[in-house]
Amino acid sequence: MYPSDRYYSRDHEWVKIEGDTATIGITDFAQKQLGDVVYIELPAIGAKLDVHQTIGVVESVKAVSDVYSPISGEVIAVNENLNDSPEVMNQDPHGKGWIIRMKVGDTTDQEKLMSSVDYEKYLEGIAS
Amino acid sequence: MSYISLSNDDKKKMLAAIGVSSLEELFCCIPDEIRLKKNLALPVPLAEPELVSCFEELGRKNRESGRTSFLGAGAYQHLIPYVVDYLSSRGEFISPYTPYQPEVSQGTLQVIFEYQTLICQLTEMEIANASLYDGGSAVAEAVLMAHRLSGKPNILVAETLHPQYKSVLKTYVKNLDINIIEVNRSEQGGVDLDDFSQKTNAETSAVVCQSPNFVGVVEDLDRISEQTHSQGALLIVAIAEAASLGILKAPGAAGADIVAGEGQSFGLPLSFGGPYLGFMACKKDFIRQFPGRIAGQTKDVDGQRGFVLTLSTREQHIRREKATSNICTNQAWCALRATIFLETLGREGIRELAYQNIQKAHYALEELSRIKGVKRKFSGAVFNEFVLEFEPGWSAVENHLRRNMVLGGLNLEPFFPELKDCALVCVTEVHGKDDIDTLVRLVSEVLR
Amino acid sequence: MNREPLIFEISAEGKRGFRLPVLDVRENREIMNCFALRRDVAGFPQVSEIEVVRHFTRLSQANFCIDTTFYPLGSCTMKYNPKVNEKVAQIGNFLFSHPYAPEDLVQGNLEILKTMEDMLCEITGMEAFTLQPSAGAQGELVGMMLTRAHLQDKGNPRKIVLIPDSAHGTNPSSAHSCGYRVQEIKSNERGTIDLAALSQQMTEDVAALMITNPNTLGVFESDILRIAKIVHSKGGLVYMDGANMNALIGKFRPGDMGVDVIHLNLHKTFSTPHGGGGPGAGPVGVKRHLAPYLPVPVVEKTASGYIFNYHRPKSIGRVRSFFGNFLVVIKALAYIRSLGAEGLREISEISVLNSNYIRARLEDVYHLKYSAPTLHECVFSDKFQREHGVQNIDIAKRLIDFGLHPPTMSFPLIVPGALMVEPTETETKKELDAFIEAMKRIAQEAKVSPDMVKSAPHASYVRRLDETAAARNPVLRWEIDGERKDK
Repeated sequence: MYPSDRYYSRDHEWVKIEGDTATIGITDFAQKQLGDVVYIELPAIGAKLDVHQTIGVVESVKAVSDVYSPISGEVIAVNENLNDSPEVMNQDPHGKGWIIRMKVGDTTDQEKLMSSVDYEKYLEGIAS
Repeated sequence: MSYISLSNDDKKKMLAAIGVSSLEELFCCIPDEIRLKKNLALPVPLAEPELVSCFEELGRKNRESGRTSFLGAGAYQHLIPYVVDYLSSRGEFISPYTPYQPEVSQGTLQVIFEYQTLICQLTEMEIANASLYDGGSAVAEAVLMAHRLSGKPNILVAETLHPQYKSVLKTYVKNLDINIIEVNRSEQGGVDLDDFSQKTNAETSAVVCQSPNFVGVVEDLDRISEQTHSQGALLIVAIAEAASLGILKAPGAAGADIVAGEGQSFGLPLSFGGPYLGFMACKKDFIRQFPGRIAGQTKDVDGQRGFVLTLSTREQHIRREKATSNICTNQAWCALRATIFLETLGREGIRELAYQNIQKAHYALEELSRIKGVKRKFSGAVFNEFVLEFEPGWSAVENHLRRNMVLGGLNLEPFFPELKDCALVCVTEVHGKDDIDTLVRLVSEVLR
Repeated sequence: MNREPLIFEISAEGKRGFRLPVLDVRENREIMNCFALRRDVAGFPQVSEIEVVRHFTRLSQANFCIDTTFYPLGSCTMKYNPKVNEKVAQIGNFLFSHPYAPEDLVQGNLEILKTMEDMLCEITGMEAFTLQPSAGAQGELVGMMLTRAHLQDKGNPRKIVLIPDSAHGTNPSSAHSCGYRVQEIKSNERGTIDLAALSQQMTEDVAALMITNPNTLGVFESDILRIAKIVHSKGGLVYMDGANMNALIGKFRPGDMGVDVIHLNLHKTFSTPHGGGGPGAGPVGVKRHLAPYLPVPVVEKTASGYIFNYHRPKSIGRVRSFFGNFLVVIKALAYIRSLGAEGLREISEISVLNSNYIRARLEDVYHLKYSAPTLHECVFSDKFQREHGVQNIDIAKRLIDFGLHPPTMSFPLIVPGALMVEPTETETKKELDAFIEAMKRIAQEAKVSPDMVKSAPHASYVRRLDETAAARNPVLRWEIDGERKDK
């Protein structure tokens, strides 16, 4: 159910790594929890982020949620499309709803993340 | 008096349903040491007619009424059409809650939406909020907002900002990284533009200037705006006398980035200082840093237009410590009164109201300045209040006026020691020619 | 039902609602050249008086209000607003009193302020009060500033404020506005402050603990004396959010519980009307060690009468212009004077009775996360109904179809899907039973016809409104040329 081509964090972000570039977004579970997304605060290009540093903030009608970086690195692109169409984050959180792209920093961070199988188990644990 | 609605039978049934035999059992979780052992030491309760009498007697301990007053300085006497009291006293406006459930609050929400529109129209700004507590806290919130937007530490504040607004601002920024730097008043009574350009620099976050200012002078907002923006700072225009918006060039047209002020002139009686009505408006780019509740337009599932509180993620109940402001309850009912007031007066009415203020104030100013020993202190253009200097000193004049049931103005010495012998006199549309002529006559008597 | 248009939509050139008296002084047109004048206010309404009256009368009819409807809003204390209190607040000597009038001419006003402060001291067990804050949140800010000023005076303002995870959002917001960092204290399985956690987190870096008692779950913090001791032992202060004073009034006093500073909400406990969102008032009471820092001016009684004392060198300053929401204070004072000690105590007893009655009759139908005894409010959740896809917001909207205002939902955050119910003491049993029946009916609907609940409300002035669209594409004012297209 959750794509196996990427890693997942306990804060419900996903990170897809291709070479030394990583794409980051929030998971389907997270977007459901938030409800209709109305606004995303995006970081500046060039920003250097550590693991668990705040990438930005996602706002729905009734909630706000910080998005934490699952890895460390430097922001090389942000999804400007989210400014005009924040609903994309609800509709396609794993695809078109990506938030930032980063140049990957310390690659050993990946070991602390979960596979899709582990993430699905983690979600089951939360539900009970 | 008691407003409990349970009969003895009701209480019995309810206790039984809960499964306890007495009310006191419901308080068992509270430790005995904290329990009050006797009733509070409060006076015997008053029945309704006694209550009214009691307060009427307290009211008679005031000896203000029956006097003609020329006091202004942030609280203004203006006419209030009777429909304002009549409509705002409806239970459906007085007793609802905050419109968090929009489907059952469309009355309140539509009023707020209209109010926001009226404030935008009057100030010529793009967005307005649903109200703040008063002019002072509105200015403070505007400064905090500008600081969040720019990150720079210095705020320039005109010396002629209302002293109480300055005081509130100082309190609000005390524990934050913000420096307040005062810009001097010129001889003409407005902002000293030379001092102003000397003090603005790249570290300036915002400039706060009131117009008409505390000494009654209308500021040259165009020039102040130009200078402010040339240094990359934001211009906050403070308004204490909202009636001036009916005729003077709008702050938005002069380049204001944020407008913060007091709406008491729009249908709120003097009320010994409160409740009043803080209003705030800004450019739409700043929306995410804008404090206070905001109503927005939307549709329901049938496509019907409706209004909701929106952009709530800025607010305390969602953002908590990162909120743009901690404000929750605001002054919604006061905003309602202002809305009724503005819609009743209408476009022509608010212009004429403002026009009469200018005319009557200038008539008074001319007649008073003609008296030997009375001098107009500042040459800057004034709206409805002005500063006069009295040769024998203000005390002598004030006492004579008081003996003749007139409150002639506000002594300025406590605020500005260099303005001893000066008073701030306010004349509005409520003053008849007779009132003004009487004032002139009485002042002449002292100066003979 | 016809929906009322915006005033701008019925406005037309040439209509006027009001005439001023004719100008009676000599006119001076040249003086207008001294000013930069405005353009005509574009789009400003031009309507007649009858249009204004119908417009607002019809709009009022689109509102629920206490005068027509039950509002079981937890932590809001939506009790009946006595009408005689409105009347006394309209006495001309108060209504038309200028805040800069000389003190000797407004002794009645000053006596009202001082009397109110004295009565609030007696009611709360505190030793001094300020009536300046305009609302609870502003009272909290003042409370935090007083705390900071006092600790600063002793040498170290400290950095942190501890706040339970069940707290109202204004608490952390106010602490932060005062320059403090907020640290959360987790609630235990009773829903109250965990003493072990408090002992651990209470260090000499902590300025204060902000506590609500009873808390937002309606549960009394029975360890309050121990809590206060822990905080005081490390030199911190106990701030109490007095929003839930309705449960305590006349029977218990925060001042006896070790509280150093408290704010009250006159528009909650003291019956002043909510007005659709204010004006309220948030008086702040303190023990004497904090009194020097109170906002100026302070009302004092002297041999020659009442005065405003501005000479308070340790004061935190002003938080708003003039003296606060004076007319609101009058209404609350009238309330206290008309109820007296017995009447105030009755508030506490009956509000607790009413709430426990609702709890007893609904606790097998709605999930109650915490089983501890509750006082004047209790918090259900939508846990059982979620099994059928129905959430608290749906239940809320469906209650509207029954002519009832929904309970509070946005907090406490520790109860997901919360429905915080506070009936207050002024409701009839009939009204309480109607609420209970409606809630039971909705719980049943959630099982057998959940769509009925999920698509509610059906019978209201407007149906469920799209709050997402409102936030994504904000339209915050009427425009002359129609709806704005851009954000």
